Amino acid sequence: MAQILVVDDSASMRNMVTATLQSAGHQVKDAGDGQAALTIAKTGRFDAVVTDLNMPIMDGIELVKNLRSLPNYKYTPILLLTTESSADKKTQGKQAGATGWLVKPFNPEKLLATVDRVLS
Amino acid sequence: MAIDLEQFHEVFFEESLEGLDLMEQGLLAINGGEQPDAEVINTIFRAAHSIKGGSGTFGFTAIANFTHVLETLLDEARDGTRILSTEAVDLLLQSSDCLRAMVGSLQAGEPIDDSTSGPLVVAFEAMLAGDTVPASEEASTTVPDAAAIPSVDSGLSHNDIVEASINSLLGADDEASLNNDGTSGAGGSDEDGGSSGGGAEWKISFQPDPEILMTGNEPLRLFRELAAMGAMRTEAHTQSIPDFDHLSADECFISWTLWLTADVSRDEIVEVFDWVVDECKLEVELVGDASEELSPVVAEESAQAAESPQEPAASAPVSEPEPVPEPEPAPEPKAAPVATPAATTPAAPATAKESEKAAPATPASSSSSIRVGIDKVDSLINLVGELVITQSMLSELGNNFEMEKLDRLSNGLEQLLQNTKELQESVMRIRMLPISFAFNRFPRMIRDLAQKTGKVVDLQLSGEQTELDKTVMEQIGDPLVHLVRNAIDHGIEPAEERLANGKPEQGTIKLDAYHQGGNIVIEIRDDGRGINPDVILAKAIEKGIVSAGEDLPESRIFDLIFEPGFSTAAVVSDISGRGVGMDVVRRNIKSLGGRIEIQSKLGSGSTFKVYLPLTLAIVDGQLVRVGTETYIVPLISIVESLQIKPELVNRVSGDMALYRLRDDNVPIIPIYREFGIEADNTVLENGLLVVVEGEGQKIGLLVDDLLAQQQVVIKSLVSNYKRVEGVSGATILGDGSVSMILDIAGLIRQVSERSQKRRGRKSGGSGSNSQHQAA
Amino acid sequence: MDIQALAETVPVEGVVNLEGIDFVKNGDEYLTFCLGSEHYGVEILSVKEIRGWERPTLIPNSPDYVKGVINIRGIIIPIIDLRMRFAVGDPTYSNTTVVIVLSLENDSMNCMMGFVVDAVSDVLNVEDGDVKKAPNFGGTLPVDMVEGLVNVGDNVVTIISTEQLLTLEDD
Repeated sequence: MAQILVVDDSASMRNMVTATLQSAGHQVKDAGDGQAALTIAKTGRFDAVVTDLNMPIMDGIELVKNLRSLPNYKYTPILLLTTESSADKKTQGKQAGATGWLVKPFNPEKLLATVDRVLS
Repeated sequence: MAIDLEQFHEVFFEESLEGLDLMEQGLLAINGGEQPDAEVINTIFRAAHSIKGGSGTFGFTAIANFTHVLETLLDEARDGTRILSTEAVDLLLQSSDCLRAMVGSLQAGEPIDDSTSGPLVVAFEAMLAGDTVPASEEASTTVPDAAAIPSVDSGLSHNDIVEASINSLLGADDEASLNNDGTSGAGGSDEDGGSSGGGAEWKISFQPDPEILMTGNEPLRLFRELAAMGAMRTEAHTQSIPDFDHLSADECFISWTLWLTADVSRDEIVEVFDWVVDECKLEVELVGDASEELSPVVAEESAQAAESPQEPAASAPVSEPEPVPEPEPAPEPKAAPVATPAATTPAAPATAKESEKAAPATPASSSSSIRVGIDKVDSLINLVGELVITQSMLSELGNNFEMEKLDRLSNGLEQLLQNTKELQESVMRIRMLPISFAFNRFPRMIRDLAQKTGKVVDLQLSGEQTELDKTVMEQIGDPLVHLVRNAIDHGIEPAEERLANGKPEQGTIKLDAYHQGGNIVIEIRDDGRGINPDVILAKAIEKGIVSAGEDLPESRIFDLIFEPGFSTAAVVSDISGRGVGMDVVRRNIKSLGGRIEIQSKLGSGSTFKVYLPLTLAIVDGQLVRVGTETYIVPLISIVESLQIKPELVNRVSGDMALYRLRDDNVPIIPIYREFGIEADNTVLENGLLVVVEGEGQKIGLLVDDLLAQQQVVIKSLVSNYKRVEGVSGATILGDGSVSMILDIAGLIRQVSERSQKRRGRKSGGSGSNSQHQAA
Repeated sequence: MDIQALAETVPVEGVVNLEGIDFVKNGDEYLTFCLGSEHYGVEILSVKEIRGWERPTLIPNSPDYVKGVINIRGIIIPIIDLRMRFAVGDPTYSNTTVVIVLSLENDSMNCMMGFVVDAVSDVLNVEDGDVKKAPNFGGTLPVDMVEGLVNVGDNVVTIISTEQLLTLEDD
């Protein structure tokens, strides 16, 4: 049972991730872009952040950078949802401070397993 | 797990369609061969990308595979390694059509037809292969990087503390959770599980970079995962921990050696370290076989394993092996051996196999949905909040009612009425969408048609924010398409002809939408050759629609093109002559309670005006009273309201009263006389005048009283009755009574037509006519 | 259930909703009403409700038998005075004057209107054979509006077509 912030500009993915995490008993807040997520993140504390990479306004990489600069999110696990399996994006994500990634497509089981991985 | 992915399908379809619209708009903004705006490319890319991600996740493999090819091309464009050529843009546009059709099929629960997508994929692949541009992505996106590099961190720095905490945590957590799992792990509880577990024994050296903690990766978590695979022992190396003075809490200075006995492959182990590959040194060695009793390291075997080709960890510094203390399972006494069985790992890679249930094409529900701005929803929530307050106030009042509370009761009820009415309005407002939804398809259409006809056409849109009811919007789409097609096909001349006639080579089509007198007006204006009334008339006579010798005014002649069986094009063209005639256009518009008008000038172009009722729409209105009746004057048409000064009233041309408003002479129209009802006040002097304007003409409405201004929901009279001249609809007021909404433009037309008949001459511009008399 | 008794209890502003009344049905059932001294019937299934007379909102430039429009639960419906429309009886408005609200929903139309009558009288149960063809002598009613005549005791009830009634004002 954890507080998780879900960020994705695609409503269907956001709904799916949110519903899946909620089904596992997590409390979820969601946002449609990095900027909105950052605002929400500042108002609360989350045990983990699950974010899409490619988003309007503020993308996932920028969000991770911004989150890592906040004292509350220095060590918070941040998972990137990505379709891009190229090492390039992952490296960028890692350099920005992301904890790990989950490659789309994924099913709810995989999502939960991955999130469980980062929740202590 | 009880997550039914199907519940997200409808949202996915809709956002995909929206994404495709965005993609198309973006593509249309690109000039082939030029470096486009980065943001445009990003938007297009993002749309494709989201569709790919969603379709993969929801099991729509056909779409996912197709989008992948698209994305590859776009990715190159985004990286700047490819300039999108006109052909590429065309191909992408065709793909967006194809995707739209695919999504439509899914939505309708029909099988996807890949006859279109197949050739497109081939074309894309040819384009991708034919260039020097390196293909940037491999075909499969689903395979995660297998590279694994361990990294470890712990928040703390001091050896003993670290070890102690890790050991205790590992031990306690894992045992607890594993017991709960109750998996059929091999010999789990053996303390000396090192030898008892099935499978191979692996030695894993893991030396994280100091910065590993900064990405939120806890070595502890990695170990826990490994421990879940089988029996594991750990050994921590604390020699690199610096002096206390140089210690930083953010950095990790410990490295580990782990012995794992489990029936797992190298890849599975490496995958655990997938995320930290770049932030550690990792070495995985096979040191023993399950059957062998803790056999010492076989050097070749481990070497071979380390270089095995399926180890993709290209960038991972697997090469620099840590000085491994001892291969032998001789754990340091401190590192309590953690014997953790768990045959199947519940957490990690077991689930990697994608659920290949390929989402059976379940007939999607045909219910459509609507996307609503959050502000509209918020206002609804506020209103409901108020309603709840009112309701609780009223029920409290009702529990213990006495006559002296009557005032409060009637106040409460009034409030309830108000709340309900506002709620109704807000709900109606949800159905209103900007007409850009209908306009958005035109840039693409014009582009295609221009290509097809070889004409050069520029499209100009305005008034896209004009709001229209969703239902009306859906039904007006096709007629508009037909009119625009028609304008290109019949209106705009070929470039040579235009140049020959002294016109710019490029033809222009303007689409405009605005509110007017209780209507939404949509204009389709072209600067083409215009309509020749003689040709129309001749054709109509030939078709037997009118009889020869009939004397028709020009506007009537134009209307003939809407008659069934009329078609002006000598050759039925591919574009506008698809068996759908202008008669269908007019019928559709009429069925919406609207009408269509044509203005045309030979040689300089035509304008089609579609008037649609605002059924369900909302209008800001001024309530006025005449006798016992309350009417609503749309605020938008009100110029001003004033009290009549007798000296400014002039009577002209036989009992026509004009009011001098600055330089204008405004005809005074008493509503009571116009509508044949009783009024309190029938004399002009000191009466109230509401000056309104419509179709370029001002009139002054004589009313008894000015009441409130409010927003009203327009309801059609046509649904149960019929169209009424001078009235655009009705609304329900706060007290439940019905009030007529005045159609100012219609009223002006009505008055002017009548006076034309009466006086046999034009009365529209009576001002100039009578100026001298008025003065 | 006696509709007349029900109708007489209708308060001026009130509404009697016929839904929920359990009619025993064999053959067609008609709601009968009076215009002056004449009796008429309309098919009961199309009767939405019976309301007391209330002053409607006038429709500008409409014929005098179109009394105006009223609001029924958010739907705006026109009110036609049948006595004036058919030139039968005396168009006075008292507290027994009622409005029969008819509605018809089918493929070709979806329409609701209110008709002012002097009073509603009864529910008439008619076997198919009981409806007799109307003699083709001109009354004030359009010929195709009359579906037939039914003898009830000494009286003759003119059965009129709901669909024709509701399309009466269409141009």
